[in-house]
Amino acid sequence: MVKQFFTRFIKLSSFICIIVFINSTFVISQNNDAPKLDMTVNRGVIKPISLAIPSFIKESGANSIISRELAKVISNNLDSTGLFRSIPQTAYVSTPLSFNTPVQFSDWSIINADVLVLGAVGLKPDGRLEVKFRLWDIAQQKEIGKGKKYFTNSESWRRISHKISDTIYTRVTGEGAYFDSRVVFVSETGPKDNRTKRLAVMDQDGANFKLLKHPPSLVIAPRFAPSSNKIIFTGYETGKPRVYLMDLSSEAITPLPELKGMSFAPRFSMDGTKIVLSMTQNGNTDIFINSLDTGIKRRLTTNSAIDTAPSFSPDGKSIVFESDRGGGQQLYIISTEGGEAKRISFGKGRYATPVWSPRGDLIAFTKIKERKFHIGVMRVDGTNERLLTTSFLDEGPAWAPNGRVLMFFRETPGKAGAPSIYSIDISGRNLRKIKTSSFASDPNWSRILN
Amino acid sequence: MKNIGLAIFVMLLLAGCENDKNLKNSISDSQISQSDIENFQNLVGDTVLFTVDQSGLRPDAISILNAQVNWLKEKKFLPITIEGHADEQGTREYNLALGARRATAVREFLLTRGIEKDRISIVTYGKERPLRVCSNEECWSKNRRAVTVVGQKIVE
Repeated sequence: MVKQFFTRFIKLSSFICIIVFINSTFVISQNNDAPKLDMTVNRGVIKPISLAIPSFIKESGANSIISRELAKVISNNLDSTGLFRSIPQTAYVSTPLSFNTPVQFSDWSIINADVLVLGAVGLKPDGRLEVKFRLWDIAQQKEIGKGKKYFTNSESWRRISHKISDTIYTRVTGEGAYFDSRVVFVSETGPKDNRTKRLAVMDQDGANFKLLKHPPSLVIAPRFAPSSNKIIFTGYETGKPRVYLMDLSSEAITPLPELKGMSFAPRFSMDGTKIVLSMTQNGNTDIFINSLDTGIKRRLTTNSAIDTAPSFSPDGKSIVFESDRGGGQQLYIISTEGGEAKRISFGKGRYATPVWSPRGDLIAFTKIKERKFHIGVMRVDGTNERLLTTSFLDEGPAWAPNGRVLMFFRETPGKAGAPSIYSIDISGRNLRKIKTSSFASDPNWSRILN
Repeated sequence: MKNIGLAIFVMLLLAGCENDKNLKNSISDSQISQSDIENFQNLVGDTVLFTVDQSGLRPDAISILNAQVNWLKEKKFLPITIEGHADEQGTREYNLALGARRATAVREFLLTRGIEKDRISIVTYGKERPLRVCSNEECWSKNRRAVTVVGQKIVE
């Protein structure tokens, strides 16, 4: 019931958002001086699902830190979607004592909980954690789906929290999972005119931050392979931009073969067999496809314009890219077999960094208009453009594995200007800054981990 | 002050070069002196500026490049690298491509004036290496630049 209700909620709300966009030129905005349509939409339409998630019940030898943290990471994840709101534990009228005691629904309905997550954690004699949970619809007094049980080594408890979050999220909203995923990005330190850039990875919620080992020269825009065990990035080790692969388990770096001149803006195909990138020779930047199996490099565009920022469609048949062949930067789609490129963006301003949604339905992009930068989405045919953000500099959208949330980076202006990574729902709601221990830019989201 | 800063920057740059296996033709004392480099930067002019989104050479750029040509013709065999840069108002990838266009425009000019092709390498930094850090046209106009760095060449 909750699920049906919720799906209707989401459809209705995005419908209303679209109407708002078509009927006015306003952009959903986080700026103080801009109209706060998002707030109106929020208050008028969305009432988050109210979530009760007590600390996990301790069974056989589990410690209370983990039992508390499991619940906390899950509620942080779900709250971060803007679609759920956790009820503070201090408001609970009772505390579940065992996993199998029948749920006292009245204890939860009295604090207006829609959904109860009941979990337990125990330590097995072999040192593994056993984590289990059940999900309850309080109004219906029914379990939502079947309970689940996980075994893991105790260092991996966070991943279990993410997996449980994903199960709750998909069961309640009907949307695809995205919490058990990682983000590769560029960690930045130092002053604006002497930045040090390092490749780094973190969980999607900003936890488990780790710098990757590489030469100290400049690095740009890392992107995951679909399997998430490799990344591809642009580095200046030879003194000029060149595309490299890094194996994340060994952190071994190999240059992508067959490249000439300067190469950058690489991305994997969704099946992981190909790389699309741009290469600059004699001042002209065009798009090439490099097959990892055969080692063959194929030129896709031959225009004298700047053709760059290519991204594969999920079916691998098309590439969306930006080009200034028509004067300003605009978005184009071309078949991976080559042929004529078709322009899809026609609005005022410049369009850049297109990224195809993993669901195939939308293209996210950066738009520059009247000295403001925006992150936006449009359908694959270029219709239904919606701008989700605006600031001095918003750039480089990256899709969550479920195609419902975007990360991007926002850079503040001036001498002390610096980038941070943000996420936003594709409805335009729920802009959030991801907490990182350094400045951070160029995020790229992995698929759901195995 | 700015010139001293630049000189120190170049000294650091050159110090870096000598340790970098990927840069060949690093200068030796017999080829070029520190004062030569300072002269090139300060008297000849190592930097030309560009209009927003453009890579065409403006008249002020051409007069600087003519002076560079004369200087480079006296320093036979001295390798150079042309760095192309963009201001922060564009996206990362586009600015890399734009910086490449700007560096190429300078290289083409030097080639037509008779500087040998194998002396010149180019690199783009896009918006990665701003010279000035304010976020208005005063700084942006200085960041849209191509810089001729003498004494080094990148291996192709």
